[in-house]
Amino acid sequence: MSNVAHDAHDYVPPVEIPEMELYHPKTWLGKYVFCQDAKVIAIQYSVVAIGIGLVALVMSLLIRVQLGWPGTFDFIDPAGYIQLVTMHGMIMVVYLLTALFLGGFGNYLIPLMVGARDMVFPFVNMLSFWIYFIAVLVLLASLFVPGGPSGAGWTLYPPQAILPGTPGSGTGIILMLVSLSLFIVGFTMGGLNYVVTVLQARTRGMTLMRMPLTVWGIFMATVLALLAFPALLVACIMMLLDATIGTSFFMPAIVSMGQQLDYEGGSPILFQHLFWFFGHPEVYIVALPAFGIVSDLLSVHARKNIFGYRMMVWALVIIAALSFVVWAHHMYVSGMNPYFGFFFATTTLIIAVPTAIKVYNWVLTLWRGNIRLNVPMLFAIGFIFTFVNGGLTGLFLGNVTIDLPLSDTMFVVAHFHMVMAVSPILVVFGAIYHWYPKITGRMLDDTLGKFHFWTTFLGTYAIYYPMHYLGFLGVPRRYYSIEGTSFIPESAADLNVAISIAAIFVGAVQLVFLYNLFVSYFRGKEAGPNPWEATTLEWQTADTPPKHGNFGEKLPLVYRWAYDFSVPGAEKDFIPQNVPPSVGAKTVDDEDYDQHS
Amino acid sequence: MTISLIFMSALMLVIAWWIIKQTVNTQPWEAEAGHPEIGGFSGRSLPQPNSKLGLFVFLAVVTSLFSLFISAYMMRMELGDWRPLSDPDLLWWNSAALVFSSIAMQWALIAAKKNQIETMRNGMLIGGFFAIAFMAGQLIAWQQLIASGYMAQSNPANAFFYLITGLHALHLLGGLVVWSRTTIKLLAGARLEQLRLSVELCAFYWHFLLVIWVILFSLLLST
Repeated sequence: MSNVAHDAHDYVPPVEIPEMELYHPKTWLGKYVFCQDAKVIAIQYSVVAIGIGLVALVMSLLIRVQLGWPGTFDFIDPAGYIQLVTMHGMIMVVYLLTALFLGGFGNYLIPLMVGARDMVFPFVNMLSFWIYFIAVLVLLASLFVPGGPSGAGWTLYPPQAILPGTPGSGTGIILMLVSLSLFIVGFTMGGLNYVVTVLQARTRGMTLMRMPLTVWGIFMATVLALLAFPALLVACIMMLLDATIGTSFFMPAIVSMGQQLDYEGGSPILFQHLFWFFGHPEVYIVALPAFGIVSDLLSVHARKNIFGYRMMVWALVIIAALSFVVWAHHMYVSGMNPYFGFFFATTTLIIAVPTAIKVYNWVLTLWRGNIRLNVPMLFAIGFIFTFVNGGLTGLFLGNVTIDLPLSDTMFVVAHFHMVMAVSPILVVFGAIYHWYPKITGRMLDDTLGKFHFWTTFLGTYAIYYPMHYLGFLGVPRRYYSIEGTSFIPESAADLNVAISIAAIFVGAVQLVFLYNLFVSYFRGKEAGPNPWEATTLEWQTADTPPKHGNFGEKLPLVYRWAYDFSVPGAEKDFIPQNVPPSVGAKTVDDEDYDQHS
Repeated sequence: MTISLIFMSALMLVIAWWIIKQTVNTQPWEAEAGHPEIGGFSGRSLPQPNSKLGLFVFLAVVTSLFSLFISAYMMRMELGDWRPLSDPDLLWWNSAALVFSSIAMQWALIAAKKNQIETMRNGMLIGGFFAIAFMAGQLIAWQQLIASGYMAQSNPANAFFYLITGLHALHLLGGLVVWSRTTIKLLAGARLEQLRLSVELCAFYWHFLLVIWVILFSLLLST
């Protein structure tokens, strides 16, 4: 490609990135419903994910009501209880967090942050959302079928998942498996978009190593998800066949309720391998976007460049790679060769190294920063605390000998809620407070935001700290009632009441957040284009909120990384990525450029 | 699961190695002065067209899917109730059809590169014909097996046979959808330049599915 001299006033299309043809909706339906603009798709994803997440939140409160005051509420029977547990877990992990981080934030932020006009395959992107939406509807439908939704626990272990004694073992589990399969198909379509957009549609000057860490986190999580979700798909298809046409992939010969079933010889362990081959990377599918987003929040609101940018990127890559070789640490109690146990314990503990690098770098980013305690910053700092707490109990559970007695107790529940439920959710909140001004053009209310943060942050500690202690006492998870169990002291019941009160309180506080989201949309303070004085491209758009095509007539040109905060000698304490360097910087090397093009 | 473990580790190593190679010799904190008119910006995309890269990523997902099925197959096979089924001889004919299909697609691709639209059209049509023949053959093989009493419920070997051949056929069916769209455009008189990329992607996908089939078929034969 040769460089033709242009009139200085002409707009020169980017050399490497051909200008994309934008989708032009012709009808109302095409503009708001089957829209192919990534930003609209992102909002559709987010609204559906948060909606279904609220359903799961109510479910968790019902669980807590039962645990806190067993026997008081007649409408929760043992079958209903385990169904609530199952649906709560599955919805939160897959349909809320995965969909919100990748479908929601991924769709909104990737094109804006890398300087693209849209995703590279907008039509496939639109399909991705609608398949996700159908998956959610199928899952919700299982609430209303005879027998109710599946009560197999979110891990859906066979044989019990499809045995007659388990609640929802008929239609419920089938709808669950179909819904998951649909989700995976829909996600794969979206994931193709995210990966190819990051690799191909970056604007001029946006090298891989100038991308904000948010994009890196979402990118690596998508790579993980694309490779890990097939394991769940394989497990779902095979279990679906076991449940419907009576194959014996997972189902051993079994006597159920006095009747010999037609199954023989299947391997429940095989399901566990497949499930956790997906299930462990899933933890990082949720965590890596959170890592990325929190890095950007800390840097922007501490007015400092992120400490160890390259190390942060490599840590993401290494965590992603390692997460594929640790899955069997979820299966220590399933029985395995001691050498396998040793191998998986070792790989599990090794993950602590890149993760610790990230934590140190976050803390070092704060060190002597000009910290602005805005609401997003509060959530980001809250994330560091919560993540470290949850991560440390992970070191306990990663060891075979410590895991065995703690397995399936409340300790495990507390651990994974701290590390992959509360931590990512804190980041979700922080990210919403951070990007809401760009999405709507208005600020969220600050006072309500601070109230929301402190109550949520402290409230979740009130919920999960005591739960560790219950776990040490040996209180098992998923039990409808622990009354009359001799080894559990009666004080455990008091603790359960306290936890339940805290949980109901935290649940109720989220209404304040929803109120804030709703009211600020109409009455919030005008945000202006760049309220946080951030450097990344989404804050430099021509319009706020950005219009279709994101950047107006000209795509931005990128000259620097996303972390030029408090640069000595600079006019302001931040330099956006599309501001050219002043004198003394590296100049154009035409010869080198021609060789590449 | 060892196969998946090794495969996935290798794949992740390749991805990690590629990314780290892209990033190791950079000084991200240094600003760089490109010029809006003459260029000089780094950070180019890859030379492949977007749709080709999209196909590669999709094939990585499909590879992961099949490697997991193969892992599951190998794990389930070792349990006591596995009774191998006698693979129908028809599968050899089907395999031959798939090989011919792939060769024809390659022929079409070579013609497309040489701008010979006639040859390309013939290649595409023959390739599609043999692919449909393969699918029909697989269906007949299924019917033969069912007729001789190899039900999916009666043994995991049978169930796996239907499962993995069915899944492979489903992927070929997806390929045929793209193939038919390209062929319809071709027959409607579209210019060769508009179709070259589609033909190339079809050919690549066909070869990929052939490789998958060879692996699956040898797995079925050897067990």
